Amino acid sequence: MIALLIRDLRLAIRAGGGFGLGLAFFLLVAVIVPLGVGPEPATLAKIAPGILWVGALLSCLLSLDRIFALDFEDGSLDLLATSPVPMEGAVAVKALAHWLVTGLPLVLAAPVLGVLLNLPVQGYLWLVISLALGTPALSIIGAFGAALTVGLKRGGLLMSLLVLPLYMPTLIFGAEVVKRGAAGMAVGTPLALLAAITAGALALLPFAAAAAIRVNLR
Amino acid sequence: MSIWEYANPKKFMQTTGFLLPWVSGLAGLTLAVGLIWGYFFTPDADKFASTVKIIYLHVPAAMMAISAWTMMLVTSLIWLIRRHHVSALAAKAAAPVGLVFTVIGLVTGAIWGQPMWGTWWAWDPRLTAFLILALFYLGYIALWAAVENPDTAADLTSVLAIVGSVFAFLSRYAVLFWNQGLHQGASLSLDKEENVADVYWFPLLVCITGFVLLFVALVLARTRTEIRARRLQALIARERVA
Amino acid sequence: MMPDLGKYAEAVIWSYVSTIGLLLGVVVLSVWQGRRVKRSLEEVEARHEESDA
Repeated sequence: MIALLIRDLRLAIRAGGGFGLGLAFFLLVAVIVPLGVGPEPATLAKIAPGILWVGALLSCLLSLDRIFALDFEDGSLDLLATSPVPMEGAVAVKALAHWLVTGLPLVLAAPVLGVLLNLPVQGYLWLVISLALGTPALSIIGAFGAALTVGLKRGGLLMSLLVLPLYMPTLIFGAEVVKRGAAGMAVGTPLALLAAITAGALALLPFAAAAAIRVNLR
Repeated sequence: MSIWEYANPKKFMQTTGFLLPWVSGLAGLTLAVGLIWGYFFTPDADKFASTVKIIYLHVPAAMMAISAWTMMLVTSLIWLIRRHHVSALAAKAAAPVGLVFTVIGLVTGAIWGQPMWGTWWAWDPRLTAFLILALFYLGYIALWAAVENPDTAADLTSVLAIVGSVFAFLSRYAVLFWNQGLHQGASLSLDKEENVADVYWFPLLVCITGFVLLFVALVLARTRTEIRARRLQALIARERVA
Repeated sequence: MMPDLGKYAEAVIWSYVSTIGLLLGVVVLSVWQGRRVKRSLEEVEARHEESDA
């Protein structure tokens, strides 16, 4: 399984674009929004938590179809299915690899973009914490969506339609943490709920995703 | 005699072929009675004036939107566990009907919200949750349409229905947390003390029954269509081989 | 004997119109699809019986 993780990471970094593309998109969102809504610091400070979370979510979405599509095309997914590693484990590892190349950079880059969007000082810590807690859920939910659509030729758009509604609870609680943190309020409740959703998704969705992949490989 | 006998498509077609005209007729009759009663013969309420009449559309549609998804969840589970094709096809047949009910709930809600709350749309928790439900319906229908092999499609959509149910439920409570609503609390319950007055309650009951019957009739009819379509595909495939 | 709907007449009427319209839409669609599939199935089945005989 560790070998699989290393292989996936190597491929993501090497095969031009997968790595960094999400990050560049995140940066673009943070640049485009002030251009659209105007440069008033007060307005930006107010919408910054939401924009940063929506931006993280969209850049995560962007790279999802890479999780399984390439392996499905060249047959390595079939090999994985016959290997001793259970499919559930393979899905979890692939989601982890996706998180390491897209989620983690987003978490690290978010404070910089917070500066661009004039996020209040108290918000930075909570921004990083909420993204660190929430982006794993985005990766594993995305892996489930990618598993559902892996056999389809043009599944990208359909996958977005399937995945975005599933992202909503994470988005709501994640943005709420940052919003409250930036306003200097207590963040315990939304933070706990966000963590609960991530933990639940991590525990259960690999099974659903693996079931979907087995169906698609049939 | 067990319910599983209806998993046999032939038996299902026979029984529903007999039942369908009755259910449809009853649905039409109940709906007509309920809506005419609601529209023509109920008094205006103090707070809502004449807009109270919208309740006869809004509440049953909203209830059925949720019930339809629940029914899809149950039939999907039956398909996954017992591999009865009729069950999977019933789930497929119910989805567009559920979507229409969801849209009716949203549209009548918007029309009602305009005079009552002064806005067509507010990010009220129930409205938001319903919008999310509509998105789930759309995704489910799109997945059915996108996958060619019918058994694969049935499996994938069933998994989606299960995962989607969990997340739809989560979203429901997430939005409650996110924004306090304009909706009043539950006005219908079996506990008679808290109910709306009888003048509104009885026609509403008739309308709810009508919507339920209409849903059953539509799902039966659409499932029959799906079974026929499946047989048609099989025959055409056999012709090609021969 | 139309009921007096007062100043909210438009809202009430539009809700009824849109709901009945949407319901009719899904009913007509279902019936139409059902008929079409049934007809083509009968055609194909007839063809099969001929070839079997």
